[in-house]
Amino acid sequence: MAAPYNLNDDSVVVIIGSGAGGGTLGNELAQKGIDVVILEAGARIEYEDFINDEWDSFAQLAWLDHRTTGGGWRVSKDFPNLPAWIVKAVGGTTTHWAGASLRIQEHEFKALSNYGKVEGANLLDWPITLAELEPYYSKAEDKMGVTRTHGIEGLPGNNNFKVFKAGADKLGYKECHTGRMAINSADRDDRMSCQQTGFCFQGCKWGAKWSTLYTEIPKGEATGRLEVRPNSHVVKIEHDASGKVTNVVYADKDGKLQSQKARIICVAGNSIESPRLLLNSASAKFPDGLANSSGQVGKNYMRHTTGSVYAVFEKPVHFYRGTTMAGIIQDEAGHDPSRGFVGGYEMETLALGVPFMAAFLDPGGWGRSFASAMDGYANTAGLWIVGEDMPQEQNAVKLHATLKDQYGMPIPDVWFTDHPNDVAMRNHAYKQGQALYEAVGATRAFPTPPYPSTHNLGTNRMSEKAQDGVVNKWGQTHDIKNLFVSDGSQFTTGAAENPTLTIVSLAIRQADYIADQMNAGSI
Amino acid sequence: MTTIFERRRSPDSGLSRRELLKRGTVGAVLVIAGNAVISPDRAWGVETTALKPDTMATLIKLARDIYPHDKVPDRFYAIAVKGQDTKAGQDPAHRELIEVGVADLDARAGEGGYRGLGWEDDRVAILREVESTPFFQAVRGDLVVSFYNQKELWPHFGYEGESFSKGGYLKRGFDDIEWL
Repeated sequence: MAAPYNLNDDSVVVIIGSGAGGGTLGNELAQKGIDVVILEAGARIEYEDFINDEWDSFAQLAWLDHRTTGGGWRVSKDFPNLPAWIVKAVGGTTTHWAGASLRIQEHEFKALSNYGKVEGANLLDWPITLAELEPYYSKAEDKMGVTRTHGIEGLPGNNNFKVFKAGADKLGYKECHTGRMAINSADRDDRMSCQQTGFCFQGCKWGAKWSTLYTEIPKGEATGRLEVRPNSHVVKIEHDASGKVTNVVYADKDGKLQSQKARIICVAGNSIESPRLLLNSASAKFPDGLANSSGQVGKNYMRHTTGSVYAVFEKPVHFYRGTTMAGIIQDEAGHDPSRGFVGGYEMETLALGVPFMAAFLDPGGWGRSFASAMDGYANTAGLWIVGEDMPQEQNAVKLHATLKDQYGMPIPDVWFTDHPNDVAMRNHAYKQGQALYEAVGATRAFPTPPYPSTHNLGTNRMSEKAQDGVVNKWGQTHDIKNLFVSDGSQFTTGAAENPTLTIVSLAIRQADYIADQMNAGSI
Repeated sequence: MTTIFERRRSPDSGLSRRELLKRGTVGAVLVIAGNAVISPDRAWGVETTALKPDTMATLIKLARDIYPHDKVPDRFYAIAVKGQDTKAGQDPAHRELIEVGVADLDARAGEGGYRGLGWEDDRVAILREVESTPFFQAVRGDLVVSFYNQKELWPHFGYEGESFSKGGYLKRGFDDIEWL
């Protein structure tokens, strides 16, 4: 039975957001006997209600609140009000994610030391090492049932993977397999195995893919120590005269403002909403926003260097059948500056249905070139590039100067421009991706531009020194002891890996720290 | 409300063959009758409420020129652009945008108008001139969803759509590729 907590109960930990960070942290704390209230902006939609239809599912799950964009990225031109493809629902973007669960590499935690100073980039070493995070990675992989870890078998390869693997072999790539995926390859943790349905992005209707919606959250609720309050959109965090945060103001399901008191507040609203909330919580004491003495809140917005390569063959592939992300090549993930850029990238298979292929293949494209590409749909294979992008101060989530939401709070304005390193990496990956498919007989290939971002990172970054970032190595803000950040906005640098596993690992680790500090009475 | 209707193939319904001949519109040419655009084989028609039927006929042609799939019949393009009429009925500014935009295409095409240009290349040359206009962007931006999101059209692309109710593809060919 889920515990309901009183609005005036100032002993609870309030977590804002229920995705990979917030949902995991909530369960971990509840398991330790700590009382938790999770405020989730979206509705609670159970997995039976997910929809195997791209646009209908998008309308059901996507975060569609008004946002604006700026900067040189093509997303700003093609999707000016949709900087990110993320989810507003209980479970957050763990309902939508593809399941790829990779550890950040040792050298990536020390990006500044290993890459050296890169002009125009705001690189920094993480204040933690791989060795420190390894035990938590292991716990997270076990919790999520990640294939190829803990003796869990890999998933079988689908058609899209087979084409990808054949190309990888031809190019001489050695590290190609069906991935480390938080998708059950056999029944596990009371969840069934993958049925190769092909709508991973639309929410797994079998529950085979890990999502906090049907793992962490119900487990936490079962302790009686966790209450999830859906349709609760946080507008502001308030503090007392000493600067300690005291309560969260949120709009309830009827749009009525409520205030929930708290002993500790953890922000996990993804890398756009989290900094926006800190900035929107500015006060006389903190005129630049909460936890912003460094001026870094909202800065260093990263989205991974992405792109896709689709290719058409003489014969059918039916790449939409089976897991959306069905395999990986890791040979390019290392740091090898001889390629003309620092950092590395992963290549992962990807498939879209006809409606989203039309929307994303070449946004704005039309005419015979475009239509004939669509006519090749059944014979198409595809891969997605995910690589390390450079943190840059001017890439930022800012408050819009004039536009406000229905609660009178400034909306986020998301600025991004590729760093030359990002461009060089993407071009290299496009070339490799096209060569891979041509090696197995592709008749035509399409270097497809990045989609609205699903990997949003870095806007409340972790730093050793308070002047360089927003939070310390535990995700605790440098400025306010009882205010934490628990999502991907903590990332000091982006690394080449899909971020969810690291977000979950950091949340497990943060729960230990919070429990210790509470026991010690220091927060 | 804009309606697409299936027409019964009875000799009494719609225009007679003689009428069609008199109008010089046999062959793969859309017919304007009253407030409707009717397919040459009279299997379907689309009634307009806000836009001129002539405008709707041009939009159908324009839609095909934007996303030319030669094996897809006009009906799917008509369904895809009928929302422009619905929207024009709700918003006079949108009606103006579409009517003026189509009139501009006709003016650029000269005598005979946009639909009178026989070669796709000639029509596309005009579209390249106007592709950054709000009119073209409004039509294309809507069309990329309204056209490709028609479930009845997905078999043309070899896309099978929803698969959960069939148990996914685990036993239905997720790894059936044989040509590699």
